[in-house]
Amino acid sequence: MKPLVAIRQLSKRFGEFQALKQVSLDVFESEVVCLIGQSGSGKTTLLRCVNQLTTADSGGIWLDGELLGFREHDGRLHRLSEREIARQRLACGMVFQRFNLFPHMTALENIIEGPVQVQKRAALDAKDEAMALLRRVGLADKAQSYPSQLSGGQQQRVAIARALAMKPRLVLFDEPTSALDPELVGEVLAVMKELATSGMTMLVVTHELGFAREVADRVVYMDQGVIVESGPAKEVLRAPREARTKAFLAAEVG
Amino acid sequence: MNRADALADGFPDLSGHRIAREAHWGRWLAAALIVIILIAIGRAFARGQIEWSYVERFLTAPVILRGIVNTMIMAVMAMALGIALGVIVAIMRLSPNPVLKSVAGGYTWLFRGTPLILQLLLWFNLALVFPTIGIPGLWSARAVDVMTPFLAALLGLGINQGAYTSEVMRAGLLSVDIGQYEAAQAIGMSRLQALRRIILPQAMRVVIPPLGNEFIGLVKATSLASVIQYPEVLHSAENIYYANSRVIELLIVAGLWYLLVVSILTPLQMLLERRFARGIARGGR
Repeated sequence: MKPLVAIRQLSKRFGEFQALKQVSLDVFESEVVCLIGQSGSGKTTLLRCVNQLTTADSGGIWLDGELLGFREHDGRLHRLSEREIARQRLACGMVFQRFNLFPHMTALENIIEGPVQVQKRAALDAKDEAMALLRRVGLADKAQSYPSQLSGGQQQRVAIARALAMKPRLVLFDEPTSALDPELVGEVLAVMKELATSGMTMLVVTHELGFAREVADRVVYMDQGVIVESGPAKEVLRAPREARTKAFLAAEVG
Repeated sequence: MNRADALADGFPDLSGHRIAREAHWGRWLAAALIVIILIAIGRAFARGQIEWSYVERFLTAPVILRGIVNTMIMAVMAMALGIALGVIVAIMRLSPNPVLKSVAGGYTWLFRGTPLILQLLLWFNLALVFPTIGIPGLWSARAVDVMTPFLAALLGLGINQGAYTSEVMRAGLLSVDIGQYEAAQAIGMSRLQALRRIILPQAMRVVIPPLGNEFIGLVKATSLASVIQYPEVLHSAENIYYANSRVIELLIVAGLWYLLVVSILTPLQMLLERRFARGIARGGR
């Protein structure tokens, strides 16, 4: 089976800091992959490369067989136009740590902004679908609320609905619960769990080891820009093989 | 601790006391002085050589009314030009391209660094530099015919305003969180779409109070265009007093009109601010 996302020998350096070193990873259709590791381990950079918010220095990412960000021609890589990159981005939804809802728009307007403005879908259809998505994340009664009137957990659920409205092939989550008060984490994880059950392909950077254990098909542990260990959630989290993984898990649990 | 204890431990019972009103003698004195000075100024003007009947007569004279309409037309058009230039220059300044960046910086430097009245005179006398202007082979005209007082005033005021507005706009663009650009990109927006739909509406909230300030300044700066014969309200007033010598009366007429226009603009700005504050701060709507 061909992977939906194929990451090959990806490297990225920020000045002196090597964020990613020759990272390769596959994500298959309907798979939930959790990226864990300390801050600075490169997991967020890897995620942002998939959505081309960060451009890697070398290596490549293929989504459904299509190389992201570049066109290969005569043994050289040519940067794609902004329009092409925008089109490729439609295939992945992105959920940010700090939600990044548009504060001047209501929850409903946030969700239909992409479908109407970018995908040029009819406003009425987009609205119906947006309402269905709001029901799905349990916020049908908040359609007319502005982000400032919502709790952090509610904002993040709207942000998930906004990502889903584009009908993406996969959804990227960048530490979706790290900015939330502890009592609000559960409602967001519940929505993500439901999404995983529905068969959505998900790549999740997270510190929630409980969520990873319960929902992830595969857990990838990163440290200092490399993938140290990767495998089924139960194996990596319960019986890690690498010493670094063991140390990280012991520190997280302890 | 109850009341009986409070008395028992030696402290006096203050629960029945009221707080006495303070005298504030200093404040009374200052207020009285100011009122006396204001009355003196008012009396001086009432007794001074001002023929108030002239003020009343010329306040609604057709020439003056046409002048204030011209003032408003010029202020609105120059502001529109200034905002358009300001947005473009602000975006250029934030561009990573060094040419765009330095051209934008140079524009702001040049037009902020020279007096507005000098710029107006330069535009008006452009014919001295370029006797004919146009696009080679397509169209050309004598500069004296093209560079009317109206066009010279519009270019002078608008381009000067653009230099100031660009700085206001730049501050507005920088005030929007980088996460908003990323969220816009993540739903597949182009840079222009993100700017128009997401970034500028949020920047407007920050930008409107200083822009309102700039516009009020511009309304009064149009009076400088009187030196290049643009028939705005001060120019009209001057023309009348050249004929009838009622200098102060006509200057008061023009002054009253400026005050009226500025007084109307302030509530308009409040309305705009409310429009762009949607969703922000104290609970939205």
